[in-house]
Amino acid sequence: MNIDSLLVMRQEISLLAIILLLLVAEIFMAKNKKHSIVHLAIFLFGVHTLVGFLPLTENSLFGGMFRTNGLIHFFKNVLNIGVLILLLQSADWLQEKIVSQNKGTEFFVLLFSSLLGMYFMISSGDFLMFYLGLELSTLPVAALAAYETANRKSSEAGIKLILSSALASGVSLFGISMLYATSGSIYFADVIELITATQLTSLGAILFFAGLAFKISLVPFHFWTADVYQGAPISIASYLSVISKGAAVFILMILLFTVLKPLIHVWENMIYVVAVATMFIGNLFALRQQNMKRFLAFSSIAQAGFILLGLIAGTQLGMATVVYFVLIYVFSNLAAFGVVQAISLQTGKEHIKDYEGLYRTNPNLSLVMMLALFSLAGIPPVAGFFGKFFLFTAAASEGYYFLVFLAVVNVTISLYYYLLVVRAMFLRKSDTPIPFFKNKIYMRIGLIITVIGILILGLYSPLYDHIYELSGNFNR
Amino acid sequence: MDILSLFITVPVLTILALVFTKGLRQARIVSMIGSLIQLAMTINLVFAYFKERDINQDIMVFTKDVVWFEQFNIHYAIGVDGISVALLLLTAIVVLAGVFISWKMSDLPKEFFISLIVLSIGVYGFFISLDLFTMFVFFEIAVIPMYLLIGIWGTGPREYAAMKLTLMLMGASAILLVAILGIYFNSNTDGGPLTFNILEIAKVNIPFEVQKLFFPLTFIGFAVIGALFPFHTWSPDGHASAPTAVSMLHAGVLMKLGGYGVFRVAMYLLPEGAQYWSWFFIILAAIGVIYGAFSAIKQTDLKYINAYSSVSHLGLVLFALLMLNKTAWNGAILQSLSHGFMTALFFALIGMIYERTHTRDVRKLGGLLKVIPFISAIYVIAGLASLGLPGFSGFVAEMNIFVGAFEHDDMFYRIVTIVSVSAIVVTAVYILRVVGIMLMGPVKNKAFLSLEKVTWYEQLGILLLLIPIVGMGVAPLWISDMILASLHPFIHGVP
Repeated sequence: MNIDSLLVMRQEISLLAIILLLLVAEIFMAKNKKHSIVHLAIFLFGVHTLVGFLPLTENSLFGGMFRTNGLIHFFKNVLNIGVLILLLQSADWLQEKIVSQNKGTEFFVLLFSSLLGMYFMISSGDFLMFYLGLELSTLPVAALAAYETANRKSSEAGIKLILSSALASGVSLFGISMLYATSGSIYFADVIELITATQLTSLGAILFFAGLAFKISLVPFHFWTADVYQGAPISIASYLSVISKGAAVFILMILLFTVLKPLIHVWENMIYVVAVATMFIGNLFALRQQNMKRFLAFSSIAQAGFILLGLIAGTQLGMATVVYFVLIYVFSNLAAFGVVQAISLQTGKEHIKDYEGLYRTNPNLSLVMMLALFSLAGIPPVAGFFGKFFLFTAAASEGYYFLVFLAVVNVTISLYYYLLVVRAMFLRKSDTPIPFFKNKIYMRIGLIITVIGILILGLYSPLYDHIYELSGNFNR
Repeated sequence: MDILSLFITVPVLTILALVFTKGLRQARIVSMIGSLIQLAMTINLVFAYFKERDINQDIMVFTKDVVWFEQFNIHYAIGVDGISVALLLLTAIVVLAGVFISWKMSDLPKEFFISLIVLSIGVYGFFISLDLFTMFVFFEIAVIPMYLLIGIWGTGPREYAAMKLTLMLMGASAILLVAILGIYFNSNTDGGPLTFNILEIAKVNIPFEVQKLFFPLTFIGFAVIGALFPFHTWSPDGHASAPTAVSMLHAGVLMKLGGYGVFRVAMYLLPEGAQYWSWFFIILAAIGVIYGAFSAIKQTDLKYINAYSSVSHLGLVLFALLMLNKTAWNGAILQSLSHGFMTALFFALIGMIYERTHTRDVRKLGGLLKVIPFISAIYVIAGLASLGLPGFSGFVAEMNIFVGAFEHDDMFYRIVTIVSVSAIVVTAVYILRVVGIMLMGPVKNKAFLSLEKVTWYEQLGILLLLIPIVGMGVAPLWISDMILASLHPFIHGVP
C-alpha cells in the first residue's frame, strides 16, 4: 500500500476532506457570517468536480473490495456534475430557509456523505462494500428529506423514505446472503466464476433486484416516490430522482451485466415485465397530477421504465446507452426541478394551474422548462431524443420489437402530460400570473448549465463514442 | 458549405437574427429577408440541378455524407433528386407567402415567426435527408412547433385541436420509429454493415417476411400526416383552429411529408411489402378520397370545407403512389405540388375573407365579388384549379393519376379507380356551391359594403402562389420531366 494506490480513491478522499473541512469551518465561523458556508461549500465542491475530470487508471484496492475504471470514474463525474448543479440551484433556498435556522453545515455534510456512499457503492468490488455504500447513501437522505422540520409533510417524507429503504436494504441483503450461500464468496470476481443457474440463486438474484428496484422506484416498488417527493424539500426530491436513481441504475446494470450474467434468462423476463409495468403505471398516474413535484415524481418513475430497455439488451451497446441516457436525464430533470424550485422559492406556488401565463411574465424560465420537458419527452433536437432513440435501438438490437412498440406508445402518452405543462405556460392566459422576478446568480448559473447540457449533449456525438469505449471495460 | 446544407443554415441564422428583434416590424422584415434568400437559393438549386443532371447520372446529386454517431452508423447524409427539388421549391414559396400573409401578426410576433421558421427547417431537412435517422429527426422538428403555433395563435377550440394534432402525429412518428429500427436491423441481410442510409438499404434484399411486417408500420407512420383515412381526423380540427399562415404551411407543405415519406422510405425500401399490402391501403385511400369530398359538401365553415377537400386530394396522392407505376407516381408528385400551392392559396384567401368579415360561415356570406373583387376572383380561379380544370395544375396531376391507375387491367383496380374518379364530380359540387353562395348573389350584410381593399402584401402572397398553379397547368412538361427522370430507381423492386 503506497500513496499511488491511494490516488485511486482520490474522488472519495477529496470528498471526505471537504466534509471534514466544512465541519471545522462551522466551528470557527463567526455567528453572523454563517451564510458564507454556502459559498464555501459550493466553491469546494466545484473544485472537487473539476479535479475529478483528471484521468484515472484502472485499479483495485483492499484485495478487490474497491475497484475503479474508466466508466466508473466517468459516472462519478456525472454524479458530481449533477450535485454541483443541484447545489447551485438550491443555494438561495439554503440561504433563506436553512442557514437562518443554523443548519447549513449539516445539510452539506449529510448530502456529501450520501454522495460518498454512492461512490463506494458504484466502486464496490464485493457485496459487503456494496451494502455499506448503499446504506451510507440512503440514511443521510432520509434525514435531509425531513429537513424542513416545521413542515409536517417533510417529516412524513423522511419517515416514509427511511422505512421503505430499510425494508429494501433488508430484502436486498437477504438476496445477497442466498447468492453467498450458493457461491461461497462475496467477491464479484469469484461469484462470476462460481454462480450457476439454480433455483436458490435465481431467488437470490430476484430479491437483490427488488432491493435496488426500491431505490430506482420501479413498479411495484414505487409507492413511496410521489409522497416523498412532494413532502421533501425540492432539492432533496431532485437529488432522489436524479443522483440517487442514477447511481442505483448504474450499479444494478454493472451487477446484472457481470456478476449475474449467467442468470440472464431469469432477469431478462423479469425486467421485461417490470419495464412494461413501470412505463405504463408511471405515465398513466402522471396524467392526472396537479402538483408539479408529484408530476415530476411519476414522470421520473416512467423514465426509469425506459432505462430498463437499455438494461434488457445486456450488451455493451446497452450499457453505453444507459450511461448516456442517465447523463442526459441528469441535465433534463435538474432543469425541470430547478424551475420548480425557483418558482416555489419566490412565490410558494407548486401547482400546474399556477403556471398559467408564465411565458408572458417570465419568458426565460418558461423556455428552460419547455426545453427540459421536451428533453424528457424525447423530442429532437434536444438531448433527450437521442438518449431515448438509442435506448430503443439497444432493445431492438436484441429483437425486443414489441417492447419497443410498447415503449413508443408510452412516449406518446408521456408527451400528453408534458404538453399539459407547456400548455399552461404558453397557451393559457391568467388573471393572476406569477409576477416577473429575477433569479439570483447561483440559480441562473445552475439553470444555464442545464440548458447548455440539454442543447449540446445530444448533438455532440463524440461523447457517445467516448462512453461506448469506456464501457468496453466491463465487456471483455 | 455545400449547396444543400445552406437550406438548414439559412433558417437557423434567420432564427438567431429573430431572437434579437423587437416588435412586429423588425420580426417580419427579418423573416421576409430570410425566406426571400431561401427562395432565391431554391430557384438557384433548380437550375443547378438541371445542369448537374446532364453530367451526373447518380440517383441523388449534391450529396454530402458526414459520420455522426459512429456506433450506430448514423450519418448526416443529404442529397436531392428531381422529386425533392420540386418539393423544396414548393416549401420555399409557401413559407414566403406565409410570411406575407402574417404581416399583421400582432400577438407575440417574434415567437410566431421563430416557430414558423423552425417548422420550415424540419421540412427542408426532411426533403434533403438520405439517412433515416436524420430524416426522422427533421420529421419531428417539423411537427412539434405546430403545437405552439395552433395553441397560442389559433382560434376556436385551439387547445383541443393543437393537442389532438400533436398527439396523433407524434404517435404516428412513434410507430414509424419502430419501423425504422426494424429496417435498420435488417439492413445487413446481404452481409454489409447495419446502416440507416436509404440508398444503401435500397440495394439490400430485405427478407419478404420482414417487409411484410414493417411495411404497414412505415406506411401508417408516414401516411397519418398525409391524412390517410381513418387517421385524418386531426387535420380538419387542426386546420380550422390554426392561424392563416399555419394552415397554409401545414396543408401546403407539412402534409406533403406524408406522401414523400411513403414514397421514399416505405415503397423504395420495402417494395415487396408494398406489393403485398397495396390492395389494403388502396381501399383506405379510395375511401379517403370519396369520404373527404362528401364531407366537404356538408360543411359550412370555409376552413372545414378546405380541410376535407385536402383529405380528398391527398388521399388521391396515396392512391396514386400505391398504383406502383411510373405514370401514377408522376401524377402523385404533381398532385402533391399542385395541392400544396392550391390549398395554401385557399387558406390565404379564407384568412383574408375572415379578417374582413369576421366569419367563415358560408351561409352568412354573400356577394363578396362585388365588394372585394380581387380576393373573390382569385378564389374562383383557385376553385377551378382545385376541381381540375384544364390549364391549371390540378388537371395535369389528376390526369396522370387516373391514366396510371387505369394501366392495371384487373377488376379490382378498375373498380377502385372508377369510384375515386367520381370524387372529381363531387369536388365540382362543393367548390361551385361555395362560389355560388359566397361570391355571387346580393350582398347579405350591410357591413360588407365597407370592407377593406386588398393590401400590397396580401397581393404579393397571392401572386406567389398563383404563378406556379398557372405555370404548372400551362407548361407542365419541364417539371414533369424533372420528376419522371427521378422515378427510375424506384421501379427496381416492382415488376
